[in-house]
Formats: sequence, structure tokens, C-alpha cells
Amino acid sequence: MQILSLLIEADFWAATLRLTTPLLLAALGGVFSERAGINNMGLDGAMLMGAFFGYIGALFTQNAFLGFVCAAISGALIMLLLGFMSINVKVNQIVTALGTNMLALGVTSTAFRMIFGNDLAQLTSPGLVPVNFGSLSKIPFLGKVLFGQTPIVYLAIILVPISHYIMYNTHWGLKIRATGEHPKAVDTVGIDVYKVRYVSLIISGILCGLGGAAVTLTGINTFYDNITAGRGFIAVAAVVFGKWSPVGASLATLLFGAGEAFQLRLQGLGFDIPYAYFYMLPYIVTMISLIFFMGPSKGPAATGQPYIKSGSKAKRKKVSRAGLKPEVKS
Amino acid sequence: MSEIILEMKGVRKEFPGLVANDNVNLQVKKGEIHVLLGENGAGKSTLMNILYGLYAADGGEVIFKGNVIHDNTPKKAIGMGVGMVHQHFMLIPALTVVENMILGMQEGPNPVINKKEAANKILELGKKFGLKVDPYAKVWQLSVGEQQRVEILKALFRGAELLILDEPTAVLTPQETQELFTLLRGLTKQGLTIIFITHKLNEVMEISDRITILQRGKVVGTVNTKDTNKQDLARMMVGRDVVLSVDKAPANPGAKVLEVKDLEVKNDKNLVAVNKLSFEIRAGEIFGIAGVDGNGQSELVEALTGLRVVESGEVIYNNENVTNKPPRYLIEKGMAHIPEDRHLRGLVLNMSVKENMVLEDFYREPFTVNHFMKFDKIDAYSKELIKEYDIRLSSDDIPVGNLSGGNQQKVVLARMLQRNPNLLIVMHPTRGLDVGAIEFIHKRIIRARDNGSAVLLISTELEEVLTLSDRIGVIYEGQLMGIVNQKDANTNELGLMMAGSHKAS
Ligand SMILES: Nc1ncnc2c1ncn2[C@@H]1O[C@H](COP(=O)(O)OP(=O)(O)OP(=O)(O)O)[C@@H](O)[C@H]1O
Ligand SMILES: [Mg+2]
Repeated sequence: MQILSLLIEADFWAATLRLTTPLLLAALGGVFSERAGINNMGLDGAMLMGAFFGYIGALFTQNAFLGFVCAAISGALIMLLLGFMSINVKVNQIVTALGTNMLALGVTSTAFRMIFGNDLAQLTSPGLVPVNFGSLSKIPFLGKVLFGQTPIVYLAIILVPISHYIMYNTHWGLKIRATGEHPKAVDTVGIDVYKVRYVSLIISGILCGLGGAAVTLTGINTFYDNITAGRGFIAVAAVVFGKWSPVGASLATLLFGAGEAFQLRLQGLGFDIPYAYFYMLPYIVTMISLIFFMGPSKGPAATGQPYIKSGSKAKRKKVSRAGLKPEVKS
Repeated sequence: MSEIILEMKGVRKEFPGLVANDNVNLQVKKGEIHVLLGENGAGKSTLMNILYGLYAADGGEVIFKGNVIHDNTPKKAIGMGVGMVHQHFMLIPALTVVENMILGMQEGPNPVINKKEAANKILELGKKFGLKVDPYAKVWQLSVGEQQRVEILKALFRGAELLILDEPTAVLTPQETQELFTLLRGLTKQGLTIIFITHKLNEVMEISDRITILQRGKVVGTVNTKDTNKQDLARMMVGRDVVLSVDKAPANPGAKVLEVKDLEVKNDKNLVAVNKLSFEIRAGEIFGIAGVDGNGQSELVEALTGLRVVESGEVIYNNENVTNKPPRYLIEKGMAHIPEDRHLRGLVLNMSVKENMVLEDFYREPFTVNHFMKFDKIDAYSKELIKEYDIRLSSDDIPVGNLSGGNQQKVVLARMLQRNPNLLIVMHPTRGLDVGAIEFIHKRIIRARDNGSAVLLISTELEEVLTLSDRIGVIYEGQLMGIVNQKDANTNELGLMMAGSHKAS
């Protein structure tokens, strides 16, 4: 009973929104790259980059906003690397993502030690503070949930309809969706497949970077190794669970965010259970929801397949079969 | 009429180990329907892909409307008024017709797409040229004929003045083909020029003004349609006389090989597709099933080959009830299946030709001994088949998806026929093949019959069913309208049955 009463507490819902935000941003990023045909398992690495460089940026400039800018840039950069490997070099996309994720972990942990040594009492950076909506925040329940959040939360929420609109109502979105389904057809109407994929990856990287900074710069204002703790993978699950649509993926992250808020509250209730079990909760929610609510899912048809232009002079020699199974359409 | 709209001069294109176009010269006049004719792998699609900017030529010039085109790309080609309907459609099934149409268009400073305006334009164009499509339908919901209309509209929408159609009729029913021809004639009246690729000589004679014949990458010549005939064309294209009719001895049916009793099968939409169907096939005979596409043929074949669940009824194969047995079980019992869609079921496009040759048998001796694959055996076997079935390629190590359409089909045929099946199920066996190859494949199917195979032949080409089969059934809405012997069959009666009337007894 005590547990269920949590669900009607404003604090719980406020925490849910706050904890959903990083996942939401990353999931939107995932939607963009997956829709363009990149099987993006690299969200987590980009988030981690954003978390670290966001913190470092904010610390050195003493400005949380500039921290977010650094986060976005670092996320975009690592996605560019992922793009180069999977679009140009045509390495298997899962393997590439594995590499960039490990690279991100290595870079952030190493740089962190280089800057701060082993001094664990590190500095806190400036962070975002809740927006002051004045009397609006006095509204019972809603005031606390909706009008006491940091700016990044609002940005994330606004980005949902914007992403939806871009995806379904602009020629950019149409190109992205088409590229993930049938790159060769896109090529035949004169669109540059590589460019579409790169742009989608950069958007994806920016969003993941912001999502990472939303972990570090919204209260704790510090960094520790692997601080994102696999949130990027939860975001990947959310993309699938939300059937590759911006709105669907966002709703899915809300579920996972609620799971995380729930476990935090449970810890606070002082049950006699090791806290690690509570930590597991969001991940278990992810697993269970994928198992029970997800029928057979079909993503963009060409996700994960590098696009090889057949017959073009420059690339002809690269179309070897050395270890890769690229998509070949006659 | 005699103004030249397109000239290709000395075009050369090499693929590793193979010259696909060798000093090709082509002249197309404004307002004509110009047919490109040539064997499988002669280089027709390659030449058109160069014109459309998809492939970069290794030499030569393309002159369109008097301008030499340098560094061609699809975008440039489209911009100048070249439109192409590819051999394998370039539509995105998950998107709607409008979305497919405007993809790559409407690229102004305003990123918001205007589907309404585009839809209106589609309807307008459709009215002008007599092409009806629902702009808001998803492409995957459309029939093949409709998809083709969308492809043509897509080109017209982009303002095409020269329209390239690469084997557009290979997948059409006879009625759809006639509709297409009416459309094409209408288009030329409006000033469009059309380049048309087909292997069907009847169509060539019917639709074209002039014909350019390619052979192994080289131009053999260009002729006026009114100065030539089918035999001459076949000779120019293959380089020898081709027997356009098939002769076969009367069938000598033996034991019952396949018996189908009251078979009921559902389609992907969960509707009954095969409705209480019964027939039998004996060793040494060819049973043909004619019918308009989409009347349950695909579902029937999938049910017989273990690829689709049988709802009720029985399949008895060599006196054994094999209803709902898995494909490998059936294959090991000697069943072979030439599927309707070579890309979907017949081939693993990204794997090499060699690997594709042993897809059924790779795990068995002689190709695998004690769990180790014997690549020398596979290699030798593949080389033998390539030679015997005259498959044109540069190397059998390249992905099978890089072969020309007809040569892909030959890979499937070779693999299946070589297994000496006791039951051979073939669907559209000669789709996309040139006349020489068709002659060859027909002979091989008859030889399989004479060697005691039972053959089930399913084709939308009435002529093919008529010439090859010993007995013919007509399928309509999942039911057999009747079965006739070949010698009693007449096109008229079969045509009526295909439209749904029962056999007059
Ligand atoms: N991307 C490619 N890589 C390697 N070889 C290729 C490639 N595309 C075509 N070829 C080869 O070039 C030759 C010409 O192919 P093309 O597709 O132009 O033939 P086609 O005349 O259209 O034949 P079909 O009637 O069978 O469609 C074939 O031997 C084919 O195997
Ligand atoms: Mg071709």
C-alpha cells in the first residue's frame, strides 16, 4: 500500500520527468539514426561523452549552458567517428558501436583521471537550476511536476513534437525515412545516401550528448566513471519499443524513467533489501516490457546495412567480400 | 520525328574481369519507342544505368538533347528529363505513393512538404495519361502492375522526356501489358521518347519503332521494326537460329508422385487463398496451372514446399502424408522448388554464386565430409553448372546479386534441375530470360519429365503453360476451375476459366 501511494505523489512524478529526460533525448537521437538506416548501438557512448564533456565544459567556463554546448559537440564528434566507420569503411555497425562505446568509456575515464588525479573530492560544476515559473509552481500537484523542472527537461519535451513534425512533414524527414528503408531507391532519385546518414548521425550525437549532460548537470553536477550506466542501451530499447517513431520512443522512455524514479523512492522507504536490487529495477522493466508488450517488431528495412553504390568507378574496388556482407542490390 | 534526342557514343563499362559495354553506339529519335534487345547479361541494364547516371562509364560520351553530359549522376539525368523504371523497382514499400513521388523533389527553402499539392498533381497527371493510382496508398499494398504505374508516374512527375523501361512486362499479366502499351503509345503522342527493354519478341514487334540489338556488350545493329521479324531478331541476338516452338513426345505417366486433397491455405492477410483444392501428378508428366497472378498460386506452392502452414486437407508425396512437413524434409525426399521471386526465396544475394549453387546440399556429402566443407568440390560443381547452363559472369566468387537478372534466374534453375528431383515445382521459370535461354530451360524441364520427374508448372504466361504441360488446370480464387488435356486445350476456353467460369463438361 505504501508502495502504491507513491504513484500519486507529486514528487514521484517530478522525479520521473527528470529521470526520463536523458533517456528521452537519447531515444530521439536513436530514432533519427535508426530511421536513416544506421543500427545505432552507440547511443550510450555518445551519452557518456556528453556527460563528461558537459561537466568539464561547465566547470571550466563556469557556465552550465556552455557545458551543454560542449556536450552536444562531443556527442556529435563520436557519432561522426561511428559514421565514418560504418558508412565509409562499412564495418559492421554493431561492432563499430561496440568500439565507440568502449572508446567513450576509455576517453572519459582517462581524461577524468588526468585532470583530477585520484583526488576523489573533485569540484562540482555549475548546473542547471529549475526554471522559476512564479505562482504557477504553486498549483497543487501539477505545479511541482511540471513547473519545477530544469530547462533541459522542457527542451526534451518540446523536441518530441518537433521531431515528429520533422520526421513526417518535411522533406528532411522523408529522406531520412526513405534512406533507412531502401537506400538504393533513394540514390536513384538523386539523393546522397551518405549525406543523409551523416546528418542523421550528427543529430543523433547532439541529442545523445545533451542527454548525457542532462545526467551530470542537473543536480549532481559532477562526474564519475561510466556515469550513464547503460542508459543509452535503455534508449535503444525504447526506440524499438516505440516502433521507431519519435512519440512512441518518448512514451517508452517515460516508462523507463518511471521505473528509475520508483526504485529511488523504494530505496528511501528503507526495506531490508540490498540497494543493488533496486538499481536493477529500470533494467528489469526494460526487459519485461520488451518481452511482454513487444510483438514481432520490424524496423526500417535497411537498418544495419552499409550502402554500396554498385558500378561507380571510385568505389568499385572496395566492393570486396573480405569479411563483410554488404547489401548488394542488382 | 527524325530529330535525335539521345546519342550514346563509344560507351564502355568494365566490371572486374568483364566488359559489360564495349564501344556501344546508340541513337534514339524523339518520339519513338526504341527497343533494346539482347541476351541475358548482354549489357542492356548496364547501358541504361550509365545513361541514368547510376554507373560511371569508363569511356564514351552521352549526348542528350544536343548537350554532352559530363560526370552524370541520377540528379543530373533527372534534371535533364531522363526517367527510368528499373528492372527491380525502386519504390519504398513502407512509404505512401505521394511520399515516393516527392522524394528528392520539393527541395526548396521551405522544408515542409506539401502532400496535398503533390497528390493533386498525381491525380492530374494520372488523368492526363490514363494512369489511376491512389496517392495515399502504401506502396506495399499495391499489386505489381500498380507499382509499375507508380514508377512511371514518378518519372513523369519529374518531367521526364525520355523514359527508360527495363523489362517492364516481365512481371505483368497479359491484360496489364496491353494497358501498358496503350499508355506508352499515348505518351509518345504527347512527345515523350521511350527506351524499352524486353525479351519477348511478340512485344518487340508490337510496340517498337526501332530496335537496337546488343550481344555480349557490343551493338550488333539497329533495325526498323517493320523491316524485320521474330526469327531474324532471335538470330541477331543469340547468334544462331532459335527454335521458338517446343517439340516434345507424348507423356508417359507412371506412378502417382503427388496428390493434393481438399487443400486449404490462408494468405498473409489471413484470408483463404487456396480453397479445397485437389489434384494429382504422376511421374513423367507435366501438370501446368494457369491463372491470373494472385489467385492463390503463391500460397499453393508455399504450402506444397513446406513454407506455409496448411489449414486443412492433405498433401501426399510418394505415398507419404507430408502435410506441414518442414522444407528440408521434403528436399531430402527429392522435391525441388523454383520459387517465383528469385530475390526473396531463390537466392542469398550477398553470397557468392558458388555458395548459392549448393544452398540445398551444402551440409551433405560430397560438399561436406565429417562437418568440414569441401570447397574444391563445391568449386568444381559450381563451375560445371555455370558451363552447362551458360551462366554469364566474370567469376563465381562475386555476390550473386551482381549478376544480370536473367543470369540470376539461371543460377536458381541450374541448382534445382541438377538435383534430379522426383518432384519439380516450378513457378515462372523463364521470367526475365532471353529467347535462347527460354528454349534451353524448356528443353531441360521436358528432359526432367522424360527422366521420370513429376513436374508442377505454374506460370502466368498462358503460352508457356500451353506448350509445356501435358495436363492443364486453371486456378481462380484458390479453386481449380477444371483440368484439360493439352491436346484438348484451347486458349479461348482457358481464358474464360481464368476469368472464373467453370469448365464446360
Ligand atoms: N555491379 C556489378 N558487378 C559486377 N558485374 C556486374 C555488375 N552489374 C552487372 N554485371 C555484369 O555485367 C553484365 C551485364 O549485365 P546487365 O545487367 O547489363 O545485363 P542485361 O543485358 O540487363 O541482362 P538481363 O536481360 O539478364 O537483365 C553481366 O554479365 C553482369 O553479370
Ligand atoms: Mg537487365
